[in-house]
Amino acid sequence: MSVTGKPVKRPEQRGLLARTYLPSILQGMWITLRHMFRPKVTMQYPEETWTLPDRYRGLPALVRDEDQRVKCVACFLCQIVCPPKAIHIEAQEIATGVEKGPKVFDINMLRCIMCGYCEEVCPEQAIFLTREYQTVGLSREQMIFGKDRLLEMGGVRPDPIRKWSRLAPPAGAPGSGPEPAAQGAAR
Amino acid sequence: MNDDASAVDHWVLTTRLADYVAWGRKNSLWPMPMGLACCAIELMAMVAPRYDVARFGAEALRFSPRQADMMVVAGTVTKKMAPAVKRIYDQMPEPKWVIAMGACASTGGMFRSYAVTQGVDEIIPVDVYVPGCPPRPEALIEGIMQVQRLVEERARAGRGAAPIRTPSVPAAAGR
Repeated sequence: MSVTGKPVKRPEQRGLLARTYLPSILQGMWITLRHMFRPKVTMQYPEETWTLPDRYRGLPALVRDEDQRVKCVACFLCQIVCPPKAIHIEAQEIATGVEKGPKVFDINMLRCIMCGYCEEVCPEQAIFLTREYQTVGLSREQMIFGKDRLLEMGGVRPDPIRKWSRLAPPAGAPGSGPEPAAQGAAR
Repeated sequence: MNDDASAVDHWVLTTRLADYVAWGRKNSLWPMPMGLACCAIELMAMVAPRYDVARFGAEALRFSPRQADMMVVAGTVTKKMAPAVKRIYDQMPEPKWVIAMGACASTGGMFRSYAVTQGVDEIIPVDVYVPGCPPRPEALIEGIMQVQRLVEERARAGRGAAPIRTPSVPAAAGR
């Protein structure tokens, strides 16, 4: 069997000056010195933060519309699509007489992988990924965010469709005063 | 500065020994990088110049558990790896802290599987959980700052050293 390839030669014995390593040391120190005058790259984190892109995916949160209604109708799509099964929903009837709403809406932020599938699948545009990325927790229980906390994180997001306002007057639901009185109950 | 009393007031700072020790500890938390998956890349980014965790005194990553104060479990802890993680934790000297970094280390994340430990806190006690998949280096720095707060609180509580905590270990699979 023949040898293929050509082995490299060993380096030649170097001169006396090179063997003192002084030129190499000075060369290295010169590089270090040069770096001292380059622009600083360190971000002084707690004081200085990164400018996030608009579509950054941080922790998910629920949102309300302009009328302070919880937009979520507890359709369970996000719970089903969630890859790590971080979302837990329990539904309840709400006073509009047509839709339902979430009684319990928990997201386990330690399970959540911020993939954005919930936002993508939501037919009511009720769940969004916020730009929050600095939260840490001391226990597992602390990192399961309930409905109130999620709504607080999400805040109000204008709703171009305004389904509720169109739906309520003609519905004329018997018994339950649908439109203005339901706003409080929708929470 | 002729008056001795005023000189003392000016130049001497008094403190409790426990606070002093805690101050030293919290500003030199040497991490044990338990990098098991992609979170380890963000862990490395945290140590690199852009985020530069040396500002918090935690830049000396110790690959020997005997020299480390804080274990950063960064990544998926499989059942096969779990005994090794537990053993490395046991080899760290007290007092010691653990950060569970990312979804996998905190709860198992999306790996709801027979092969993955559903959270590293099933085998070792965790002090700080950092959510994210993976968390940004800032989030991990936030976790380290939280550990620093814990170090201080523990000193305030009048305990110099951590109590020895040994949670029950589930039967290690895959032996």
